[in-house]
Formats: sequence, C-alpha cells, structure tokens
Amino acid sequence: MIRIALRMLVGDRLKYIGLVAGLAFATLLITQQGSIFAGFTRRSGSWIRDTSQADLWIMDPQVEFTEDRKAMLDSALLKVRGVEGVQWAVPLYKSYVQARLQDGTRVVVRMIGLDDATLTGGPPLMEQGSLDLLKQDRAILVDARDVGDGLKLKLGTDTEGPRELRVGDRVDLNEHETVVVGTFRRTREFFWDPVVYTTYSRALRMAPPERRSLSYVLAKVKPGLDPKVVAARIEEATRLRAQTGEEYEARSMDFILAKTGILPNFGMTIVLGFVIGVLVSGQMLYNFILENQRAFAAMKAMGASNMLLLRMVFAQVLFAAFIGFGLGVGVTAAVGQLLHDSKLAFHMGWKVPVFGGIAIVVCCLLAAFISIQRVLRLEPAVVFKS
Amino acid sequence: MCRGVTKVFGEGDFAVQALRGIDLDVMLGELTLLVGPSGCGKTTLISVIAGILNRTAGECRVLGEDTSALPDRARAAWRGRNVGFVFQSLNLVPTLTAAENVAIPLLILGTDHRTALAKATTMLERVGIGSRARALPAQLSGGQQQRIAIARALVHEPRLLVCDEPTSALDHETGHKVMELLREVAAGPERALIVVTHDSRIFSFADRIAHMDDGHVERIETPSKS
Repeated sequence: MIRIALRMLVGDRLKYIGLVAGLAFATLLITQQGSIFAGFTRRSGSWIRDTSQADLWIMDPQVEFTEDRKAMLDSALLKVRGVEGVQWAVPLYKSYVQARLQDGTRVVVRMIGLDDATLTGGPPLMEQGSLDLLKQDRAILVDARDVGDGLKLKLGTDTEGPRELRVGDRVDLNEHETVVVGTFRRTREFFWDPVVYTTYSRALRMAPPERRSLSYVLAKVKPGLDPKVVAARIEEATRLRAQTGEEYEARSMDFILAKTGILPNFGMTIVLGFVIGVLVSGQMLYNFILENQRAFAAMKAMGASNMLLLRMVFAQVLFAAFIGFGLGVGVTAAVGQLLHDSKLAFHMGWKVPVFGGIAIVVCCLLAAFISIQRVLRLEPAVVFKS
Repeated sequence: MCRGVTKVFGEGDFAVQALRGIDLDVMLGELTLLVGPSGCGKTTLISVIAGILNRTAGECRVLGEDTSALPDRARAAWRGRNVGFVFQSLNLVPTLTAAENVAIPLLILGTDHRTALAKATTMLERVGIGSRARALPAQLSGGQQQRIAIARALVHEPRLLVCDEPTSALDHETGHKVMELLREVAAGPERALIVVTHDSRIFSFADRIAHMDDGHVERIETPSKS
C-alpha cells in the first residue's frame, strides 16, 4: 500500500509539483537565511583561516577580536620561543594606517607585517608576483579585489582618468613610499578595509612609534604534540593568551556577533523564514491529506487499519519532504555557488542542511499528524454519502 | 441474520433512530435488494451488516460473526477478508490506474504488489475491460468506471458483496448491463449480494426484495422471474 500511497501523491502532477515546490520554497527560506548568516559569521574569521601556517596564535590577553589592536612587548617573541614544545615562533604586525595613492586618493588600509626572514603568515594565494618579492625595498602586496575598488585611483591624474591600482604603482603608507610588487587573493572578510602585506621591520618603520608594537606571535608546535597542551604552557610561561586558530576564530566571531547585534537581527530573519517555511509546507501538506480523505475513508471501509493509513500518510509526507528539501537545498547551494565570490556572504556547511532538513521533516510530520487525526477519526460510513 | 436490529444516532433530544428493530435474513447465493425512500435506513442497515457501524441493540450475525462484538482492528480485518463494496459514488482513486484501484483490497490484505496487480488485471478482464487496465478513471465512461468498482469489490473473493445504488447514475441500458454483470460475475452459491436501490428497473434481477420504510422492513417479496 505504500506504493499506492506514493502513486496517490505523484498521480496528480500539478498538485504534486505545487506541494514539492512549496516544500522546496520553505527549505530555500530556511537554508538560505541560515547559510547567509553562517557566511557572515564565518567571514569574521577569514583572515585567521587564511593565515594557516601556524598552530598557535599568541596575543595580549585583552585582545577580543582580530581588529582589536592591543600590542605586546617585543620580548614576548623570545619568551614564546623558549617554551617547551614550540618548534618555531615568528612575529606578526597588524595595524590600520592611512594610504595615499598616486592621484591623491586616500584610504585607510590594514597593514600586515610578516616576519622578515620567513614571511610566515602571508596571503593564501598569489595572483601577480610572488611572496618573496616582499623582500625587495619598499615592497607591498595588495589584494587583487581591492585594486579596482578600495585601492582604486579614484581621482585620476592630469594624464589619465580614474583607474585600477597596478603592480609598480607607488603607495604612501603613513607618508612612507612603498611600491606594489604583487597582488594576492584572500578570503572575503567581515571587515571591508583593503589589506596590504609587507615585512615586519618595514611595517614598524612606517607605523607610528610605540613601546609595544608586536601584534601577534605565530607559533608552530613540534610534531606529535597537542597544540592545546603547548598553548597552556605558553600561557603559564608568558601570561599571554595562546589559542589555536579555531579557538581564536570562535572567540573573534562571538565578540563580533555580540557587539554588532548581528545575531538578534539576523536571528529574527532566520526565525521568520523558518516560521513562514513551516506554515507554507504544513498548510500544503494538510490540504493534500484532506483532499484524499474520501479515498482514505473508502480504504478504511475496505478493511484498512488506522496503522496502515498512518504508514501511508507518513510515506507520502516523508517522500514529498525529501524531494522538496532536496530541491530547496540544491537551489540554495547553486545560488551560493554562483555568487560565491561576490559580496554575498554565503556558507553552507553541514549544519545548515542538517538542521534545515530536521526542521522540514518535523514540520511535515507535524502537519501530517494534525491532518491524519481527521482521517483516523473518519467513520467509514461517510463513503456511503455521495 | 438480523433480529431486532436498532441503530440510534446521537443522544437525548437529538437522538435519531435510523433502524427500528430490523428482522432480515440474507442467504448465501441470493441477490437481495433493499428498497425504500430516501432516509428510510437502507444505507445504515448495510453499514451495520458490513461491519462499518455498530448496532445499538438487537442481534446481527454476518457469515457467522457478530461484528459489533469485535474490536475495531479485528472488525476492519474481517471486513477486508469478507466484504466487497460498490459505493454509490464509486470512490475510485483518480490518480491510480484501473488495475491499481482494483488491487487495493488485495494490498490491504497484504498481497504483494505484483500478484495483486496480476489478479486485478484478471478481474478486469472478467468484467470486460481488461484492455483498459492501465487507464485512469477519468479516461473511462461511467459504465466502465462502474465495472472497475465491481471488479474492486470482487477481486479478493469476498463472501458478502454490498452495493449502494449501483445503477443510480447510469442510463437504463447501462444499468441493466451492470446488473447482468453482477449476476454473472458476482453471484454464486458461496456469496451473498445486497444491493441498495430505489431503481425499480432492476427489481427483476433480485431473488428477494426487502421493502423498507422509516427504519422498518415493511415486507419482503420474491419477484417473479420472467
């Protein structure tokens, strides 16, 4: 009878398509909003994920998130290197500086200074040039996306109009002349300021002089050791905070969510999407089952038990939910893939489709349970009424 | 066998007595018509006989079983094994083919899908529309749909066949053919047929006619066969 139940479901093509489309739409609402929220929050840790060479991030204990500038004394680097279990440790500088382009365009940029010797912590992917070019005099690397946007020569010069920043162009960072030697690709971040890379010593020269200038120490743990164990040793020895990339990313994300109010604002949108999705799918399923009430009553008269009818209804519901959910997730994923390199924040990890699927199934079963009550209470004698 | 069967719907001031002490015997091998005006209790009586409704009082044994004494699940199972229904509005599932509609009683009894469809197709051939086994009900005429309903009622070889107004929506000629079909295919020494009707054109097909009015069986006649 399960096959009969499914034939009843798909037999009326228009109604079936309508039902599946409704469920797909509900799924789209739930998973799309969830994916955008996940994408937004994930962007808060993009720079940390892009800086993947180190096992541990060591920073001032009061640092809350990635753009929080609370520098350490230079001696912190030596202290970290002296901790048992640390294979290597390098400095990393990060600060906001003012950039002035050739045509006078001014923009605030995030400047990252990499260890002079190893250039550890560099961008994930070079597009033009290579990381080694940073060792050249006055060299900086810029984001390939920023050259036409944040770092664009917007004002133009006497000889040419506004144009993209190019390799070879000069950029003044805090009144220090630098030269663009290459471009890189990074993962889109939550914050929008352009990012430039240079060497650590060059960054210190260009930055305002301060007693504390060391933003982070990046450390690698010796093979076979648990990074969290070594992190605890570093914290004990230096009184600094030592975290894995995942831990720092999570803490940074939590801070941004709390401070910006994204969670309640987006959460409201997600909840609304969920409620609408549930109502749409529930209503459609309820109507479908009611429309087949007479058929169920006839089957009851012919000897079908309530348990058999329940199995039939649940088979119909779960089948429709499965197809609708699959379509909805597919469309969401396709849109996300299409726009993956755009400003749309989108990330569909495993949690979004799993929780979305659970939501759809629960909603469908609830709708089925409510509508099946009428079927279960049906008097078979109704089939004798014309 | 019904003795003093009473059925009351509702309670107190809103109680409606649909059956008032029905005495009726329906024999295996006979086609019995239940006739009477609308509202006289014909459908209620066949619902009680078929085990769909419980009686309020009296005694009713069908094929040796007092169905009102059975729990709901057992009663449903008994119906599934022993009763075939031809509903007035046919109640064919519009999205199932003729064969699938006919197979439903077998599938309810647990027959596997392939066997059920094969038996359904055979039954459709017996009722004369084997070539339309894969057609949807909407693609068939009223008479053909009625044949599907009859095939569905017989596919599981029930011992009691209950037909509710099988000819009411059909013209005289088609109705006549349906009754001939019932006589030919459904009637047999081990099966009882009960047909509810107020169509006097088919009286001649009956072995016995029970005339009902106001919840009573007024008289039972044996029509002459010409």
